[in-house]
Amino acid sequence: MPWKGGTLRQFFRNSGHLIRLAAVLIAGLCVFLLIRTALIPKAFGKYGHYSPGALDVIRQRPVSYAGQDTCVMCHDGEAKERASGRHAHVACEACHGPQAAHANADDPSAHKPRLPDVANLCRRCHEKDAAKPAHFPQVVTAEHSGGAACNSCHQPHNPHL
Amino acid sequence: MELSRRDLITIGGKLLVLASVGAAFEEITGAAPPSEAYKMAEHWWGMIVDIDKCIGCGNCVRACSNENGVPKGYFRTWVERYEVENVDGRQEPHVESPNGAIDGFPPSTRQDVKSFYVPKLCNHCVDSPCVQVCPVGATFVSPDGVVLVDENYCLGCRYCIQACPYGCRYLHPEKRTADKCTLCYHRITQGLTTACCENCPTGARQLVDFKNPKDPVHEFLRTNKVEVLKPYMATGAKVYYKDLDGSVR
Ligand code: HEC
Ligand code: HEC
Ligand code: HEC
Ligand code: HEC
Repeated sequence: MPWKGGTLRQFFRNSGHLIRLAAVLIAGLCVFLLIRTALIPKAFGKYGHYSPGALDVIRQRPVSYAGQDTCVMCHDGEAKERASGRHAHVACEACHGPQAAHANADDPSAHKPRLPDVANLCRRCHEKDAAKPAHFPQVVTAEHSGGAACNSCHQPHNPHL
Repeated sequence: MELSRRDLITIGGKLLVLASVGAAFEEITGAAPPSEAYKMAEHWWGMIVDIDKCIGCGNCVRACSNENGVPKGYFRTWVERYEVENVDGRQEPHVESPNGAIDGFPPSTRQDVKSFYVPKLCNHCVDSPCVQVCPVGATFVSPDGVVLVDENYCLGCRYCIQACPYGCRYLHPEKRTADKCTLCYHRITQGLTTACCENCPTGARQLVDFKNPKDPVHEFLRTNKVEVLKPYMATGAKVYYKDLDGSVR
């Protein structure tokens, strides 16, 4: 059969059922794509089978421990004192607790930290215990201090007597 | 206006095509490129633990709890005290961890046994069983080697909690999603160390970056005899213990 303008029109008219089928298929595909876009988080699969947005969410958590590099910027005196003793590598916040609210405040004296409870503080690290490494300085606190506060003899920032 | 069935289908079809073109466009262009100093590809995080330095003070447990708002009674890191007894040539370990050691330990009373402390946390495994069992892709290994949970995606099915050989996961009692150590991802991505390492008084645990050629971890691994927990599980754990006793599980 020769291929002419008239026959082309006729061809389309004759295959109407196919064209309708194709239209339905395309519509189905569109619906699928729409639902898919709505359900799958942005950029899912960029690094692996997960949503990279989760990384940003986790990173937004605020910090509670400022880190001792921050403390040292303002508290020169304590830093120097500590550096000359064997607490040199004990971080400020290991004894003073989380102080980001104090250290990162516009006015740190408005968020003045409560001083540590010496009775429990020293004991937690220094109470004599067979499981502690032998080279770590430990005392049986009850016998050693005779009930006196540790900081009545030892300076917390440089405990050497 | 009279709306025939044909009109309805035509209009509906046009809307559908427009919407899906829009959605496809959004898909291609929508993802904002991360523009910042921290480059994930330049880091590969892990931790080293020196058993011979741990004094069981529990500072790491408290720090983790404060930093990450860990619910009371649950732990992302904890410390165990081992007391290993020799019974007819067998090593019999007794393990305790009162309240995760969040307040340290009562002094050990037994002098006739080998005793030591073992701090534990997520091992941030490369071939992590917890990631493999997640049915929805809510838990994953980040490009910088940290195993994380997407809490908006987690179903709370607990598969991962069962799969972790180290018992490092729990179901968050309020959020009802799996929760675990993030290696303080919010801290390490801004140049701070983790809360537990920051507060460890003896340096028994240290955050390390295997991709940083200047990191002390390379010297540490070269000069010490190290082991990961449960190496036979082949999880690719990245927390290396020095002086780890064979009785530790
Ligand atoms: C921006 C400067 C700044 C930084 C950073 C800072 N502080 Fe302070 N800190 C102050 C000031 C100011 C005071 C108040 C002194 C006063 O009022 O007597 C203070 C007081 C204190 C006190 C004493 C409270 C008292 O009762 O005497 C402690 C303890 C303390 N800071 C600990 C820390 C620790 C730990 C950090 C690190 C996380 C830190 N500070 C970081 C400025 C700073
Ligand atoms: C070993 C634990 C420990 C460490 C480490 C430590 N402190 Fe203290 N600090 C204490 C105790 C305990 C007190 C309270 C002393 C008292 O009540 O007399 C104190 C008191 C202070 C005070 C109040 C002023 C004073 O001297 O009484 C400041 C300020 C302070 N510390 C800052 C720091 C900073 C900054 C660092 C880090 C460089 C640091 N501390 C490290 C235990 C510690
Ligand atoms: C967070 C744990 C921790 C706390 C809390 C702590 N220390 Fe220490 N202390 C250490 C470490 C670590 C050393 C150094 C051990 C070493 O050098 O091997 C040390 C060393 C010492 C020494 C030996 C110093 C020397 O020169 O011989 C004394 C004394 C001491 N601490 C007293 C105290 C007192 C008093 C307190 C309470 C104010 C205290 N410590 C609180 C961790 C702690
Ligand atoms: C009456 C004063 C006094 C009191 C109170 C006191 N100490 Fe001491 N402490 C000393 C003396 C003296 C030494 C020995 C000198 C030295 O090694 O610096 C010492 C040494 C230490 C050592 C080092 C032991 C070693 O093997 O190197 C530690 C740790 C210690 N004390 C912790 C504490 C703790 C914790 C408290 C509080 C429960 C405390 N001390 C209270 C006087 C005191």
